[in-house]
Amino acid sequence: MLNLRRAGRERVRRAPWIVSIYRTDTGKKYAMAISGVVLLLFVLGHMIGNLHVFEGAHGGTFRIDEYGEGLRDLGEPLFPRTMVLWAFLRIPLAAAFLIHIHAALALTRSNRDARETKYQSPRDYLAARYASRTMRWSGVIVLLFLAWHLADLTIGVEAVNPDFVRGSVYHNLVASLSRWPVWILYVAAQVALAFHIWHGAWSLFQSLGISNPRFNRFRRTFAHAFATVVVAGFLAVPVGVALDIVS
Amino acid sequence: MHLTLRVWRQDGPGVEGRFETYEAAGIHQDMSFLEMLDLVNERLVTAGHEPIAFDHDCREGICGSCGLMIDGRAHGPQGSTATCQLHMREFSDGDTIVIEPWRATSFPIVRDLVVDRGAFDRIIEAGGYIGAPTGSAPEANLTPVPKETSDAAMDAAACIGCGACVAACPNGAGQLFTAAKVAHLNLLPQGQPERWMRVERMVETMEEYFGSCSNHGECEPACPKGISLDNIALMNRDYLLSKIRNRKLGGQR
Ligand code: HEM
Ligand code: SF4
Ligand code: FES
Repeated sequence: MLNLRRAGRERVRRAPWIVSIYRTDTGKKYAMAISGVVLLLFVLGHMIGNLHVFEGAHGGTFRIDEYGEGLRDLGEPLFPRTMVLWAFLRIPLAAAFLIHIHAALALTRSNRDARETKYQSPRDYLAARYASRTMRWSGVIVLLFLAWHLADLTIGVEAVNPDFVRGSVYHNLVASLSRWPVWILYVAAQVALAFHIWHGAWSLFQSLGISNPRFNRFRRTFAHAFATVVVAGFLAVPVGVALDIVS
Repeated sequence: MHLTLRVWRQDGPGVEGRFETYEAAGIHQDMSFLEMLDLVNERLVTAGHEPIAFDHDCREGICGSCGLMIDGRAHGPQGSTATCQLHMREFSDGDTIVIEPWRATSFPIVRDLVVDRGAFDRIIEAGGYIGAPTGSAPEANLTPVPKETSDAAMDAAACIGCGACVAACPNGAGQLFTAAKVAHLNLLPQGQPERWMRVERMVETMEEYFGSCSNHGECEPACPKGISLDNIALMNRDYLLSKIRNRKLGGQR
């Protein structure tokens, strides 16, 4: 608390403008929606990048390995190696995740407080679908998966992926996805992501107040299409490994 | 019809409540839901028991006091209908009907099925008004309003403040009510002078009492007046603009 009492007048230190907006629930929803858009663009880009797996090898190196290397080289020679990757992808993404999760926690608490005594008889929901009522669980699954995924294929933690070879993206992912518990984990996390986007990519329009009778009926279609395309693209890789197309 | 009612009974604010079971015989299908409760209450009183306390006033779907959670749905099984406008023909002989009060921290139970919706009044006090000269009526055609705008504002103004939106919302959020009141005044020329102040104060007062909106959409089908979710988008947009607009030079407060 930063209440400074001076000459009998109470002066309350006002928080910076953007912070004061974020302090409201409605402000947190703007933050969720904007960080959600960043994350949606990320998953779309990541999914498209993954499809390099299906281009196989070319002149001795796998296309996906070159692609991974290319991400580290972005901006060269203007910027040092991996600088663009850190400054424009990794740090903004981590920030988006942190904001998204902080807002999710705070809103969950606010919603719980708003109904301290639950209904004592079963509810009959008319519109709230499975996807919307499980956002926090699908989000948590995606988060746990993210931790595994970074340890598995980005950092190469020995206990998670013993066959990890730095820079050999293709080799690493085939090694991982050939172990069936890991395969199931990847597929399950994608299903959770699909549910999350199914509701989230619609919800963000309402949260940001983007509404117009000209296109309102396409907002849900957009969300369902986005979820389907992204998750189908992601699932192609584990399915490819299972069918021996990727090996 | 012969029905079995499971009704929430609670002797006062903050005390333990419980479901009690009542057999309701001889219910006519043309009775309204409240008339059915009246009959059950008459029999309870005759037998020397406390009647079931429930809120009601106009019994014509315009005052908003009669909200009940019936079989897990706000205002019962029929869409766009307040409890007082619900008729027993929506039920069948032999049905068991579960009746619960609205559940929200800011709608404390007064007794049995009656809750205190005073939090809605706090939201209205915060900005649900316009500045207008009183005394003489203005000339009717002085302020032109486009037809679409007046229709949209009238649709929003249909909100009767029943609280079904809060009751139905998995988050106990008050967005549909507040958005209806904000949209009703923010759409019309008469509401422009206080436009940004209104949305800012009403949203912030709403947040003192209710949860946040996850866009489940559960309020819209529960609303007896068919208030649209579009109003919530409008409120979210206007709230953001209220933080951005230059109110000193914008001509609107
Ligand atoms: C790549 C991953 C993710 C994407 C693409 C994503 C996307 C979105 C989007 C677009 C929304 C809708 C925002 C709105 O209603 O305005 C949303 C909501 C939500 N997200 Fe995520 N999210 C991701 C990860 C997470 C994680 C890790 C969590 C954390 C636990 C999480 C928890 C939530 C919750 C609880 C909501 C609903 C908030 C509410 O309306 O009350 N999400 N997400
Ligand atoms: S918006 Fe609908 S459900 Fe909510 S208080 Fe108004 S009339 Fe009742
Ligand atoms: S009693 Fe007035 S709306 Fe039902």
